[in-house]
Amino acid sequence: MADYRQMWTDLGMDLEKHDLLCEVLPEVYTNIYLEQENRPEGMEYFNFVVSEIHGVRPAELIEHQKKGGKVFGTFCIFVPDEVVFAAGGIATGLCGGSQFWVPEGEKVLPANTCPLIKASVGARLGRTCPFFRIADIYIGETTCDGKKKAWEILSQDVPVYVMDLPQMKRVKDIAAWEDEIKLFMQKVEEVTGNKVTSEGLAESIRLINEKRKALARLYNSRKNSPVPISGKDVLLATQIAFYDDPARFTAQTNALCDELEARVAKGEGVFPVNAPRIMITGTPMAIPNWKLHHLIETSGAAVVVEEMCTGTRYFDNLVDESQATLEGQIRALAERYMKINCACFTPNPGRIDDILRLAKEYKVDGIIDANLKFCGLYSTESYNVQNALKEAGIPVMHLETDYSEQDAEQLRTRIEAFVEMLGK
Amino acid sequence: MIAAGIDVGSTSTKVVLLDNEKMCCKVKPTGWSPRQAGRECFQELLEQEGYRDEQVDIIVATGYGRVSLDFAHKAVTEITCHGRGAAFLVPGTDLVMDIGGQDSKVIKIDEKGKVLDFAMNDKCAAGTGRFLQVMAIALGLDVSELSELSRDHTPVTINNMCTVFAESEIIGLLAQGVEKGKIVAGIHASIARRMAAMANRMGTNGIVTFTGGVALNDGVRRSLENELGRKIVVPRDCQLVGAIGAALIGREILCNELISN
Ligand code: SF4
Ligand code: SF4
Repeated sequence: MADYRQMWTDLGMDLEKHDLLCEVLPEVYTNIYLEQENRPEGMEYFNFVVSEIHGVRPAELIEHQKKGGKVFGTFCIFVPDEVVFAAGGIATGLCGGSQFWVPEGEKVLPANTCPLIKASVGARLGRTCPFFRIADIYIGETTCDGKKKAWEILSQDVPVYVMDLPQMKRVKDIAAWEDEIKLFMQKVEEVTGNKVTSEGLAESIRLINEKRKALARLYNSRKNSPVPISGKDVLLATQIAFYDDPARFTAQTNALCDELEARVAKGEGVFPVNAPRIMITGTPMAIPNWKLHHLIETSGAAVVVEEMCTGTRYFDNLVDESQATLEGQIRALAERYMKINCACFTPNPGRIDDILRLAKEYKVDGIIDANLKFCGLYSTESYNVQNALKEAGIPVMHLETDYSEQDAEQLRTRIEAFVEMLGK
Repeated sequence: MIAAGIDVGSTSTKVVLLDNEKMCCKVKPTGWSPRQAGRECFQELLEQEGYRDEQVDIIVATGYGRVSLDFAHKAVTEITCHGRGAAFLVPGTDLVMDIGGQDSKVIKIDEKGKVLDFAMNDKCAAGTGRFLQVMAIALGLDVSELSELSRDHTPVTINNMCTVFAESEIIGLLAQGVEKGKIVAGIHASIARRMAAMANRMGTNGIVTFTGGVALNDGVRRSLENELGRKIVVPRDCQLVGAIGAALIGREILCNELISN
């Protein structure tokens, strides 16, 4: 990695602690990623992004700020990036996916908070992540209770703006989200000092739609058997989609897709044809949380699709591009975003419909319903998910875990047994 | 054709040799090194029965130490092995309940012993062999005495599932002068309740086969029968079910190889 120490110092980071993180990541990455066989060459770009994770992109964001641009940190896929880009800002995902940040988060949060929230708060308060330092403002949302209260704590250290997400999907709720997007737009205009125009918004809607299409194309290649790319690699690309430059990400992902489609045409893949095909559904997996994918793919199965926010929920459904007025565009945004089936909604039958549909499309043999420890929403919804899958005759296993490695061997036994059970 | 199954559990290591219709076995404490325990137990059994290393055609390892046995040809989880072993020993089984030293599980199987579904508790000691052991110590007893002592006693209710809290609860009951037999029956009932909750989700109605070290305690079996309202069979070799399953899987692999050659 190039030398970014000066940049990190200027960002007010805790360099000593940050060094510890920089020390472990390359080894973990090598073991989990670089040792895979027959990896697509197109993954080179993503390798590069990870190897420079706290360098290249942060430097770009700082460059943007030097030119007077603003950076918006987000935590949930309901926050419409389109609005930020239309105002000349940059939106970047901030969810923490490493155990490294958890203890720092536990200093202020109850231990029974989900690791995603603990890591995110810890990354900010511990000053060990450049992205968390760079963002001019954090955009929170009222999804789960843990997050709602975390915003109050974070706002003592950094400006936080919270969007009020409805928790049902009636017509009036979609209208309410439309209003929230309008308020958000005002906030973005105020922070950036730029007006959002319908031309600008049309352009950013296209920009983000292109990213969604590239991801959809990437996932589409996984419907083939043998699968041309590991689930781990796709998870990584999806995680990077949250903070990379959207246009560059789209181009790189499309290049990867060209290669994958050529593989498919030749019948080449990364797992044997008879390797059980697994879907993972549940809570998001923020970078660098690769734990379950790694366990599954070293137990003889292939992960072929993720019904998660770091998965299909992120890119499914495009925003209608035919609207020419701001009013129409905002409605189109609200309609698209309200199609996301997060467990914070009640009822949430759309998620189960999605899981059943994806199971067919991706020809999955079994489903692992995985949630982060202490996520009340997804673990409670698991009851309905499991029942629906049992009824449909699809094998399902529920797992609950966090970012630590303590339970890895116990998880491995369950996963191997599940894979043996699906064995063809 | 000789197939070996080695089950390296957290507490004990079990080796089974299947030589056509003949079966022999050995059990040893696992101790600190699963790899060494597996190797030694295997060698000792060979010597004892007069076999040479190279006569064994296949070795299948299972149990938590399965991956550390580098001399095994294949590693298969204890869940799959228990299913196979139980179907072989007790035909008609559709549910296996296994309580080992550190974990407990229920496994739904088909008539051939193939796993259809399973549930596992490996998060804490509650409802495992370890739980029984801690409670026995708190009562000043040996685990082997528990079954007899609890016979014909109405169980007291033990509210705590957590080993640490259950231990203090029991000390409290002793202080109140509650009979040990009732307390032990209560401990058995508490394990049975936990297992039954897992078992009921599997929705089976055939024979329940109870395996693992804790199945040696008849008091737990009686409590389970009460709780489930179904007959529960403990095979004579209840500790060996995993190792037997592993050896059977080994034998199957050999047969498949013969056929495909
Ligand atoms: S799980 Fe729900 S709250 Fe979390 S990122 Fe996804 S949509 Fe947002
Ligand atoms: S995983 Fe669950 S608890 Fe954690 S942030 Fe997401 S919705 Fe909230």
